[in-house]
Amino acid sequence: MDTPVLKKKLGLKERYAAMTRGLHWDTTYQPMDKVFPYDKYEGIKIHDWDKWEDPFRLTMDAYWKYQGEKEKKLYAVIDAFAQNNGQLGVTDARYINALKVFLTGVTPLEYNAHRLFAHVGRQFTGTGARVACQMQSIDELRHYQTETHALSHYNKYFNGMHSPKHMNDRVWYLSVPKSYFEDACTSGPFEFLTAVSFSFEYLLTNLLFVPFMSGAAHNGDMSTVTFGFSAQSDESRHMTLGIECLKFMLEQDPDNVPIVQGWIDKWFWRGYRLLSIVAMMQDYMLPKRVMSWREGWEMYIEQNGESLFRDLARYGIRKPKGWVQACEGKNHISHQTYAVFYSYGAAAAFHTWVPEEEEMAWLSEKYPETFEKYYLPRWNYWREQAKNGNRFYQKTLPMLCQTCQIPMIFTEPGDATKIAYRESDYQGDKYHFCSDHCKEIFDNEPEKYVQAWLPVHQIYQGNCFKPGVDPTKEGFDPLLAVFDYYNFKVGRDNLDFEGSEDQKNFAAWRGDSVQGAKK
Amino acid sequence: MSNVFIVFQDNDDSRPIIEAILADNAQAQATYPTGLVKIDAPGSLVVRRETIEELIGRPFDLQQIHVNLVTISGHIDEDDDQLSLKWNN
Amino acid sequence: MTVELHAREIQPLRNTFTHTAYYVGNDRPASRYQEATLDVQPSDNFHYRPTWDPEHEIYDKSRTKIKLADWNVLRDPRQYYYATWTIARARQQDAMESNYEFVQSRGLVAKMSDAVRNKACEVLMPLRHVAWGGNMNNSSICAYGYGAPFTAPAMFHAMDHLGAAQFITRLGLALDEPAVLDAGKNDWLNAACWQPLRRYVEDTLVLQDPFELFIAQNLALDGLLYPLIYDYFVDDHIALQGGTAVAMLTAFMPEWHAESARWIDAVVKMAAVESDDNRQLILAWLTTWADRAQAALSPVAELALGNNGLTALQEVRDALDMRCKKAGIVV
Ligand SMILES: [Fe+2]
Ligand SMILES: [Fe+2]
Repeated sequence: MDTPVLKKKLGLKERYAAMTRGLHWDTTYQPMDKVFPYDKYEGIKIHDWDKWEDPFRLTMDAYWKYQGEKEKKLYAVIDAFAQNNGQLGVTDARYINALKVFLTGVTPLEYNAHRLFAHVGRQFTGTGARVACQMQSIDELRHYQTETHALSHYNKYFNGMHSPKHMNDRVWYLSVPKSYFEDACTSGPFEFLTAVSFSFEYLLTNLLFVPFMSGAAHNGDMSTVTFGFSAQSDESRHMTLGIECLKFMLEQDPDNVPIVQGWIDKWFWRGYRLLSIVAMMQDYMLPKRVMSWREGWEMYIEQNGESLFRDLARYGIRKPKGWVQACEGKNHISHQTYAVFYSYGAAAAFHTWVPEEEEMAWLSEKYPETFEKYYLPRWNYWREQAKNGNRFYQKTLPMLCQTCQIPMIFTEPGDATKIAYRESDYQGDKYHFCSDHCKEIFDNEPEKYVQAWLPVHQIYQGNCFKPGVDPTKEGFDPLLAVFDYYNFKVGRDNLDFEGSEDQKNFAAWRGDSVQGAKK
Repeated sequence: MSNVFIVFQDNDDSRPIIEAILADNAQAQATYPTGLVKIDAPGSLVVRRETIEELIGRPFDLQQIHVNLVTISGHIDEDDDQLSLKWNN
Repeated sequence: MTVELHAREIQPLRNTFTHTAYYVGNDRPASRYQEATLDVQPSDNFHYRPTWDPEHEIYDKSRTKIKLADWNVLRDPRQYYYATWTIARARQQDAMESNYEFVQSRGLVAKMSDAVRNKACEVLMPLRHVAWGGNMNNSSICAYGYGAPFTAPAMFHAMDHLGAAQFITRLGLALDEPAVLDAGKNDWLNAACWQPLRRYVEDTLVLQDPFELFIAQNLALDGLLYPLIYDYFVDDHIALQGGTAVAMLTAFMPEWHAESARWIDAVVKMAAVESDDNRQLILAWLTTWADRAQAALSPVAELALGNNGLTALQEVRDALDMRCKKAGIVV
């Protein structure tokens, strides 16, 4: 054999094929169905895994090189931020509350994504799909860890960020993101990818990571914007995995189309509900505003989604069922959600406040059809109350939607004055929902959603006290016992921003008077 | 026609990439949300390695764009010489 | 915006997260490894059972027979979190690129004899698939194991295995035409000497207990395979016959093996020290799988090292037994 002295360099595609696809073999000592037991029960028919497209053909050499570069840059910023007490450079300590929501609500999802991408990265029969999922698994671990490291510095100086893991497993509003993600994780591998990679990452996460992170930059938080954009730089790979998986399913067999459409309907709505928390952060929790929730929705969802679904129409896929209602909601959900957190401000581990005059003016300008008409009067009333020493706190526990687990706060389509309620009967019990779409999701899979660990039910059943607590003891205060179970530091983590320890500390550290703390 | 877009962190590494895209795609438009550069183009958009190399005067591996890439829309195709985004409608 | 701090003392209210402080105290800041890893896996109030495994919760200790009061004891002595892992690997990758340049600039591949080059390909190319099995199995350990200290390094290890498979692939492409990869796969699928090893790998792919899988893959199989191939075959055999290029282009593997062995041994040691039941379980798994691995590697050892193969393999086995003894498992 002649030694090939000057071999032609393989192109990216051939090289990638040799580096990944070529590693696979069909097993014979163990049946393939036993080696890959999980990717058939959902009914998705795959005839030829070789048709899977790998758009970003990353091999481990390039992965390590570029990810290593990203990490060096990111940690340089995180270190500098901590050394320079960068937390004092943010616009206003109210801003930190958005980070509390992020750390307790979003960061734990990254961890779950890491583990479940390891699962599907092991279980797909197709090699290309497996490798893409495995890379995403370590990317998601990266996101969990970099967010934790970046926000760790804030935890040292501000309240409400001390127990993100513990809170995510217990606290009532955090069951919204937790149940959303666990719903995806407990689904089959194809539904998991449709839920997370397509519906969430491709369709919706731009709204979290792009305008919100721009907002962080605008508010002087260089640490958060750096981890946000750095995490998002992995996202283009993840989004591409989502759309490629979707196209692959649709191209493999026409029988897959209705299954996939059902998942798109379900997961668009689940994701949309989840993002109502981001809507609130965007419109109410960034002292310096960049873009309203509505503007972000129009730019990243409406325009982009139109293009996407026009493109998918050739497979027989239409827009998700909840599309029209979600687009109507762009004028409402941030206001409705923030109002709930304001009124349940005693039961949340972050601070809320009445928007200031110029912030209300901004909201009026950005929401000309809805803010003054539906939401401003309530704020004026609550502001008056607070001025008179009567800051409003809701004391009863809310009824939750069995599917999305958000309290019943959302209004009827076409009527923003009427709260929507829906219900279904299943095996002799009644279940309650916030919307037609949440009801439909339940009705399609009741055996799954009856399992939901609904925080309010759990409190009533006495399952939310620390072990050893005796509810029959004299003077037992159930609410305080629940807060203790949550690890809330009552009076420090919760209640209004006005008068909070965060507010006082921030002002003292900056040398401002408390009144001048807000700039 | 639908727009595709590609978004980068607004920093020095991204500059030649942005310039190359604007040079190669006559219809592309750049906007600058805080911290970002967003380029929109009707229908499709291409990032060419050679153009970037001309601008920086040294070899450039297209996979390097991952370091500063923030998000994209459209279907993607990538080889050693170019990365393209397009909608099929 | 710059902030005038004057001489004001800015005292932190706390040094780390509650769940981290539980392990490391709150009197000083925790390390990045600790914050990234300790007690970070969700553990309570799961909403739904996995439709793919309704017998278990998403994260469930009962997927393995090993019992630990707290799975956070299984620390990685390398203290890898994503950044340190990926930066360490990027550095090794750089070194490998320099090796490639060196080999290319000196024409080292062309200087190898056909016999040596063919032997290297014959032995090493099928190992791409063994590494791929290691990738799948460590993905399983990450997915179905319990607790981030145990599962996070398993995912790094899975990707390291993919890296190893890709280094071998690149080696094949450097030594020969792409068809050499197909030849290696053909041997893997059909040549008699590879079948016991392929059976071993396929049998591990269906193991359900993540800790048993950890022993079978990372300790028993890799603990024998890597020293046999990279120390005995590549370094002592091929390199001495003019195959320095092969040693240089696979330099990552022995280095990575030595490094990751510290993690593997630490996991075994900490699990075994917790109870006699654990120790017995690990011992039984180890005995079964190391015996099988040794048998499966025998024809490979002979293919690689001829008459010296079985002796070399026995030496490797003795070294593995010593390694296990240090970790508290006496075979
Ligand atoms: Fe992520
Ligand atoms: Fe709902």
